Amino acid sequence: MTLTATTRSSMVTRIIPDVLFDVRRPQRLIERSVMVYRRSPMVIFSGFFEPLFYLLSMRVGLSSLIGDVEVGGRLVPYAEFVAPGLMASAAMNGAVFDSTMNVFHKWKHARLYDSLLATPLSAGDVAVGEIGFAVLRGVLYSGAFLVTMLALAMVQSPWMILSLPACALIGSAFAAMGMACTTFMRSWADFEYVPAVTLPLFLFSATFYPVSSYGDWSWVLQLSPLYHGVALVRAANLGEFSIGVLGHLAVLVSVTVIGVAVTARRIETLLLK
Amino acid sequence: MAEPLIEARSLVKRFDSFVAVDGIDIDVQPGEAFGFLGPNGAGKTSTMRMIGCVSPVSAGSLTIFGLDPRLDGRDIRSRIGVVPQMDQLDAELTVEENLIIYARYFDIKKGEARRRTSDLLDFVQLTEKAGDKVDHLSGGQKRRVSIARSLISEPELLLLDEPTTGLDPQARHVLWDRLYRLKERGATLVLTTHFMDEAEQLCDRLVVMDRGKIVAEGSPRSLISQYSTREVLEMRFGRDRNKEHLDEVEAVGERVEVLPDRLLVYAADGEGVLATLRERNVVPDSALVRRSSLEDVFLRLTGRSLAD
Amino acid sequence: MGTPAAFRVAYRDLLIYRRVWKANLAGALFQPLMYLLGIGLGVGALVDKAPDSASALGGVSYLAFYASAIMATTSMFTAGQEALWPMMDGFRWSNAYRAMISTPLEPTDVVTGVAVYFACKTAVGATGVAMALTLFDDTRSWGLVAAVPVAVLTGLAFALPLTAWTSTRDSDRSFPPIMRFILIPMFLFGGVFFPIEQLPDWLEPVAWAAPLWHGVELCRGIILDSIGPAKATLHLLVLIGFAGGGWVVCTQTFRRTLRP
Repeated sequence: MTLTATTRSSMVTRIIPDVLFDVRRPQRLIERSVMVYRRSPMVIFSGFFEPLFYLLSMRVGLSSLIGDVEVGGRLVPYAEFVAPGLMASAAMNGAVFDSTMNVFHKWKHARLYDSLLATPLSAGDVAVGEIGFAVLRGVLYSGAFLVTMLALAMVQSPWMILSLPACALIGSAFAAMGMACTTFMRSWADFEYVPAVTLPLFLFSATFYPVSSYGDWSWVLQLSPLYHGVALVRAANLGEFSIGVLGHLAVLVSVTVIGVAVTARRIETLLLK
Repeated sequence: MAEPLIEARSLVKRFDSFVAVDGIDIDVQPGEAFGFLGPNGAGKTSTMRMIGCVSPVSAGSLTIFGLDPRLDGRDIRSRIGVVPQMDQLDAELTVEENLIIYARYFDIKKGEARRRTSDLLDFVQLTEKAGDKVDHLSGGQKRRVSIARSLISEPELLLLDEPTTGLDPQARHVLWDRLYRLKERGATLVLTTHFMDEAEQLCDRLVVMDRGKIVAEGSPRSLISQYSTREVLEMRFGRDRNKEHLDEVEAVGERVEVLPDRLLVYAADGEGVLATLRERNVVPDSALVRRSSLEDVFLRLTGRSLAD
Repeated sequence: MGTPAAFRVAYRDLLIYRRVWKANLAGALFQPLMYLLGIGLGVGALVDKAPDSASALGGVSYLAFYASAIMATTSMFTAGQEALWPMMDGFRWSNAYRAMISTPLEPTDVVTGVAVYFACKTAVGATGVAMALTLFDDTRSWGLVAAVPVAVLTGLAFALPLTAWTSTRDSDRSFPPIMRFILIPMFLFGGVFFPIEQLPDWLEPVAWAAPLWHGVELCRGIILDSIGPAKATLHLLVLIGFAGGGWVVCTQTFRRTLRP
């Protein structure tokens, strides 16, 4: 029965965004972003510097005050300890900025998504495409950060190359979550609350000091998606992987999937009514 | 007769308890220019959004190209072009880039997209604006870019939602000219408007909508002959005095409408009616005889004027 | 006698501020508090464990060192951001300042009014931070009261020169780079997180030229009672120089933009 077959396939696409069946369509949105930024490369370029300034500040300042810290039974200069944390945080901050302010502008002011939905693109394509670009941009910055660490001889293991996919995953988790939250925002005033979430995450995700410093409170770290990202990048830098890595990966992947699904659903209910 | 491109039966659109479209039937044939005429809030845009597959059908049936929007929305959308009521151009891109990226959304190859873009910019007479940011264009130019963009996928059906609302008269005529050429090439156009002159200029056939329902259907000419007279005499007697001569006027006209600022007398021969009234000492401050228009049809059908 | 002209200008900004001050103050307090806990206490524990860190910090705990600087940085960010987008709004977007000078107000009144508004806003933020600092033994002192006007002055030393820049701009395009390349680097290298003596020799003089460093040193010295009158006067003069110089330039640029 062809009728039931089509009905069933549409039931499936209602539950799993049908974007999973064709990845070419979301790419069109990435193409659009590239087209936009090609004209203002400075916007992209200047984004490299903020994480680098943080890294240098840690190196010349805190690292010489603190000296070495103990991580996993070995002593590491503070700057090298904190660098993976900064790298992961930069991936988070970039993704959040792209998926909140930028997306809100395109949604409410430029009405971009209304015009996209009139084409063969679907709500899922829009969600994945926008998140995809945020990730791409984040990986670019992470790459630059990694090169700087190499230049300053702060990389400890060749496995550090894996920090790039790890940062891509951090980026996609936060971009997906950020975009999902953005679909609930009513006005620009709501964006005041974004730093209320990202700042505590930045400061309290074992970014600046080892898990052991948290003492009895270390379980709270598990609630921070950024902590899982920091743990991955740190493991890559040391080249020491434990079974826990799988758990960190699972958390970030789940956050991404939930974020994409919520975003696609919200676009559908808000724009396709 | 060919199979209709759009076929709606008892089509309903509901938003919570509000019924925007209340059981309408439509058939649009290939090559036709079909119009929805009605005031704001009549349900025109809701109908267009359902046809464009960006708004689910609440009840009744709707097929486009024989396909069901619920199941084949993506396929339908890939075969239609849409010009929305408010321009939704990509303000971050140039005119040319707007068209190229839109073509990419339809999975059209880059080279082909470029070729079509230059043809279409030529068609809407904006070739010299190709490199400009969309923000810098006038309202009429933006609307022409929207039309060019909607044509980039070579759609079998073009949906235009109030294509000339908000434009100055000159820009409207330029736009009508372009749409008329499309029509001559055999494109199927579906448009909504609350301008009578626009409907008369562009539509082969139209439906008059009011409060979610279709109140009349036909060609502009047949609607006028069915619901109005050949001519209309408009008279002004000054504020609050329009009703004073109502009895005498009703005696000579086929039908009379009293508007706040004037009286409309429907008759085959407007000048004749005016002469008769003058003989009977009914002398208005000003009088004008004109041909009957769709505005009169709407007034007759709904008791309200369209400008409301 | 009528209301002084500058207050009539500030009144408009304060009207807007009155509607958002709660969220604004919450934000202005939240951020320094988070940094106090995250960096001051957290990183502080690591720093204080290191053997020779105390001498590098002038014999105080890291928390005291860092927390005493926060009054100045909070003012810098509050006033600095105020001098960018909201100023642009007054000049180009909502044209509020243009509307003002078509009344009996002069461009100079607008400058002074804006400065009064900056001062009010940073005073609220600085007072909030001062109250937060009373929570910690290391920073609880009467010096906090005197540090509030210093923090306000630090804010003005930043915001007035920035306002002069904003008043000559057509768009906000240059603002993100200003945040990235001026405000953030000053925050990171301006003696807030570590003494500037640790900077490479060639970079140290650059920090001297930054108004933030003077504000940070003065606030820190007053709160921790660790500064002599000569040094204090010097820092104060530099801050007054930046703020006063900014005011003078503003009167020129405002006039040129508003009355071309």
